[in-house]
Amino acid sequence: MEWVEIMETVGIWVAALLTLCIYSFLYRDNPFYRFAEHLFVGISVGYFTVLTIHQGLIPFAWDPLAAAFKEKEWVGLVRFIPIGIGLLFFARLAPTHAWLIRYPIAILIGVGSGLAIPNVMRADIFRQIHGTLTPFAELHASGWALGPFQIFGIILMLVGVISTLTYFFFSVEHRGVVGGVSKVGIVFLMIGFGSAFGNTVMGRVSLLIQRVDFLLADWLHLI
Amino acid sequence: MIEKLMNIDRRYVFILVALAVIIPSLLEVNLPITISQPTRSTYDYIEDLAPGSTLMIGFNYGPSSLAELHPMAKAVIYHCFEKKIRVIGMTLLAEGATLGDEMLKDVAAEAEAVYGEDYVYLGFRPGATQVLLGMGTAIDSVFESDYAETPLAELPMMADIKNYEQIDLVLDLASGSSTEWWITYTNTRYNQQIAAGVTGVIVSQMYPYLQTKQLIGLMPGLLGAAEYESLIGRPAKGTEGMSIQSFAHLLVFGLVVLGNIAFFIQRRQAE
Repeated sequence: MEWVEIMETVGIWVAALLTLCIYSFLYRDNPFYRFAEHLFVGISVGYFTVLTIHQGLIPFAWDPLAAAFKEKEWVGLVRFIPIGIGLLFFARLAPTHAWLIRYPIAILIGVGSGLAIPNVMRADIFRQIHGTLTPFAELHASGWALGPFQIFGIILMLVGVISTLTYFFFSVEHRGVVGGVSKVGIVFLMIGFGSAFGNTVMGRVSLLIQRVDFLLADWLHLI
Repeated sequence: MIEKLMNIDRRYVFILVALAVIIPSLLEVNLPITISQPTRSTYDYIEDLAPGSTLMIGFNYGPSSLAELHPMAKAVIYHCFEKKIRVIGMTLLAEGATLGDEMLKDVAAEAEAVYGEDYVYLGFRPGATQVLLGMGTAIDSVFESDYAETPLAELPMMADIKNYEQIDLVLDLASGSSTEWWITYTNTRYNQQIAAGVTGVIVSQMYPYLQTKQLIGLMPGLLGAAEYESLIGRPAKGTEGMSIQSFAHLLVFGLVVLGNIAFFIQRRQAE
């Protein structure tokens, strides 16, 4: 048996045993489950840290600074400014200088909000309003020549949007017409939750299928 | 009887679900797959791309979502290599870095695609927003080198690919919010065409973007993988999984109905 094959077999056994450790929680909490859980958390953090150093810190901070020193291109040393601001996050570790952390947080929030707000407004508000109303323009342009199901779908979507928004409008008491419309909104919300639940079941069962396939095929060679 | 049914130990349900998955797996049952329009739209878009076009794939998922998204990735990448469409892989999540690398290498070996000419894997860079916006200006400003640390300038495929203008479609394979990031920062700002393949848990959130054409196509979980495999005529893990899935769904459906009947009978008895 080749070394690679031996390692592959060991890997399959480790994965299979850890899978069984995790599934043992379905019976009840036990040390095997906790061992696998802690192992997973530890490995995930270690992996993320190493990858961030290799794919983030080295190419964006270390390499450019090293090149600037090596080639004596002193302009490259400007990178010390963002690196220094980033290092201020560690000021929290020294209680007397903890206030310095406000500067990197302020910059992060400021830049993040500046980048996000206009784009999110366009993507999630304007485009969605446009998407709700455009079908009516198409309907009008076609001279109401669309099929009955298409017309029903267009109206249903508008009713769904308005009634659901009404449900979340808390400045007016939900009585009378507003109460009725918000109840229609609840129906649309319930349908939405039902759809999300159905898709979640599909997702979770998919994970089980993949693990069962691994155990039966790769580990036990039954299929 | 009703009392017993309502207080049944949940471990019996787990055993039933396990049996509903294990028995069809052993029997290797295959049920027909029907194709939904959002998956067909993704397929049609890629099918209509000319040879030499470029598809960027975001492997934005970790091992916990591998079951749903790996079969989808495999089907789409194989389709691209078959059509001579160039593939650029990358990820915004650290967990996806090795998954994307392995997947591209596996499919490339099967389709005899050449690294650097037919596909490139950029890997991971931290800071999703900055990565997405930076690639709009210049890909090499974010990824100076690929995952194996080869400078992009040394990869022949990247010679004429500078930013989103040379990318015909972005396919985001996501288990979290990454599809929304792509839409917000690349579709909205750079008018980049985007399709998504997402896990079942988040697919409901994606339909509004499909309706507004911010997404040109959408593949829902394992079902999306099975549909895409059917479209390219290569049934694999997605198709096998969906056949088994149908049995588990029937069981869950039966349990929901049974639970509701028992609940209403119990409430009537109480009244």
